Amino acid sequence: MASSLVSPSPISSFIGNKKSLGSSAFPSTSQIAIQRCKKQVSKKIVSVMAPQQSERKPATTGSVKTGMTMTEKILARASEKPQLTPGDNVWVNVDILMTHDVCGPGSIGIFKKEFGENAKVWDREKVVIIPDHYIFTSDERANRNVDILRDFCTEQNIKYFYDIKDLGNFKANPDYKGVCHVALAQEGHCRPGEVLLGTDSHTCTAGAFGQFATGIGNTDAGFVLGTGKLLLKVPPTLRFVMDGEMPPYLLAKDLILQIIGEISVAGATYKSMEFVGTTVESLNMEERMTLCNMVVEAGGKNGVVPADSTTFKYLEDKTSLPYEPVYSDAQASFLSEYRFDISKLEPLVAKPHSPDNRALARECKDVKIDRVYIGSCTGGKTEDFLAAAKLFLASGKKVKVPTFLVPATQKVWLDLYTLPVPGSGGKTMSQIFEEAGCDTPASPSCGACLGGPKDTYARMNEPKVCVSTTNRNFPGRMGHKEGQIYLASPYTAAASALTGYVTDPREFLHNKRRSPNSVCRLDRSARLTAPTVVRLASKDRGVFLAVTWRLTLLRRAFEN
Amino acid sequence: MAASLSHASYSATFISSASKVTVSQPSRFSPSFKASTFSPLTVKPLNSTFTPHARRAVTTIMRATSTPSSIPSDTSTKTFHGLCYVVGDNIDTDQIIPAEYLTLVPSNPAEYEKLGSYALIGLPSSYAMRFIEPNESKTKYSIVIGGANFGCGSSREHAPVALGAAGAKAVVAESYARIFFRNSVATGEVYPLESEVRICEECRTGDVENRDDSISVKVKCRVCIRGALYSCFMNLYQVCSS
Repeated sequence: MASSLVSPSPISSFIGNKKSLGSSAFPSTSQIAIQRCKKQVSKKIVSVMAPQQSERKPATTGSVKTGMTMTEKILARASEKPQLTPGDNVWVNVDILMTHDVCGPGSIGIFKKEFGENAKVWDREKVVIIPDHYIFTSDERANRNVDILRDFCTEQNIKYFYDIKDLGNFKANPDYKGVCHVALAQEGHCRPGEVLLGTDSHTCTAGAFGQFATGIGNTDAGFVLGTGKLLLKVPPTLRFVMDGEMPPYLLAKDLILQIIGEISVAGATYKSMEFVGTTVESLNMEERMTLCNMVVEAGGKNGVVPADSTTFKYLEDKTSLPYEPVYSDAQASFLSEYRFDISKLEPLVAKPHSPDNRALARECKDVKIDRVYIGSCTGGKTEDFLAAAKLFLASGKKVKVPTFLVPATQKVWLDLYTLPVPGSGGKTMSQIFEEAGCDTPASPSCGACLGGPKDTYARMNEPKVCVSTTNRNFPGRMGHKEGQIYLASPYTAAASALTGYVTDPREFLHNKRRSPNSVCRLDRSARLTAPTVVRLASKDRGVFLAVTWRLTLLRRAFEN
Repeated sequence: MAASLSHASYSATFISSASKVTVSQPSRFSPSFKASTFSPLTVKPLNSTFTPHARRAVTTIMRATSTPSSIPSDTSTKTFHGLCYVVGDNIDTDQIIPAEYLTLVPSNPAEYEKLGSYALIGLPSSYAMRFIEPNESKTKYSIVIGGANFGCGSSREHAPVALGAAGAKAVVAESYARIFFRNSVATGEVYPLESEVRICEECRTGDVENRDDSISVKVKCRVCIRGALYSCFMNLYQVCSS
């Protein structure tokens, strides 16, 4: 796959400025990282990445049709243009506009002021309104904001409004979903090749479906409500190639933390981030969503993962609307390309107070923590809870600190209570969490990821140290200004809950080989010795005895 | 007023030779957008005289480097004088306006004012001088001077709105996060100006600034700090196209 680079535009990243023209001198990523951000990049981590490729090719004239990246193609189609180049400003037709209870009222206010009190939205089926941020609170203004959304949806006859009225019992609200980005995916609003805009920075999550999805403010949203279009500048694309089999102790969160730590919180500003490679192809949809979710933490405009059979399968039972995926051309120009050998990566955390303050989880094992939070669009999906449950199951122990579980949506909450966890003998995640001593899963919403009103469940109201599966850890993010937040994968969060310190999940996951689900292999040529004494949890002991007994029988048969 | 500027830039700035951008769409967008306290933006030649008003005065003069003929020019000039509040790098939206205040709806006038009273309240206590004094609802600092990646984090438009509602007129930062920049221009609450050097390291909170508000397509302004000259420029082309 050929990848060439555009000549840097003035607004392009520092990477463009630092390129040397000679083919021999490729600036190493660590040098570039240091030039822009003051943080030193650990050499141990840099070694798993190939040096960033920088090549210069002469700019082609406008009449020559060059290949386009996925993002360029999506925007070209949405703006009805045959060819686009990064830097072009185009009017883009919007397929879906999403808003929620925090930014919705403001957007509605601007829409009415600019288009008129009696104006109608451009398409009542393309506006999706999802209350999710400040729901289960007694804050009057927060509750009023949901009422404002309801009034607007009634007046406009909005087709997709995931309403909530009974705050005391979320299950009593059949329409209510929860966290907007997870709800959009679960309800089939994310489709390959489309343009999805939302009044939330993590709208980029939907890029996992091979579409262009980005966050906008109230004013832009107000404009889209009226016209169904927005002026957007075509971003250049950074390509991240991840190859190799995903180790059993890593999750997509570790991958994106690795990337953000490498390019810094402004490394992808105004750019698109494209994720390709065999590792990405092996990720399920929710893992891909986690990857794209934190694109904004690197400053990225949008993230994309090419749609494939995994995507199509996921969408099968969720949408009947036709869609047409697009893919980057072989001759497309990328601003930079980063390559990863996944097998060499280790579990990571982002230390306070920045998502790019990357560190190895095992190097933070002396950091004592006060609580663990598993939730949000980043780390509160079914797959995230499944991962945490698997780790708790593998350890069989109880947590040492309060562990808060906030499922992203009603559907996730239901999965916690119904889906059997592989290798557990039919237990559900909720049972495993209960046995491990975690808090009861809370009502689905954004919860304490962004603090919120003072009575929000799991909000950090005192200076505490928290390991969290959320997306930001700037000062005061979860409530208290002096709170310390370590961003981590669900594996790392669960492991940390079990020890009371920031913990590498391999402390618990390497025991997987001894789990009841694993196969005992008999090597005929090997001498059958007495079984090794292993400390097992009581539930494993029964299986262990059965296996030992079978080994004894086999040995006798063999000897005879 | 300021937002009508951004409206003007929709129609004027992006009619470039390279791409045919049809700008008939924004005609439904009423030009009488939120009235702000900004004065009309002007073009001014560089070598106008200026006198430092105080020993530590910072003077800003702006001029146009290239003015497409489609942009109307206004020859009246305006001087703007105010205190500056200096912050560091990566000031994210949670520091500009913490999430607990987002229940305030910016398009509601009373809540708009209240939002302003909480601007930059999320800054850590290491910032001894606060942007807004306790028991006050407006700031005495009209210019915020920032470092790199100002406004990173959330897409919440409450961030530039809070700064504007508090009384800030402009931000001069080394670089911006894209959604904050775009929101600043869309609302017209604060002018996001970009500096070529790290002014946040040269200035201290409380420095007095003079500045002329003259902005055209690509404007070069010079910031004079204690005799030294720094350049800062506002790339209006970046406006609305992030």
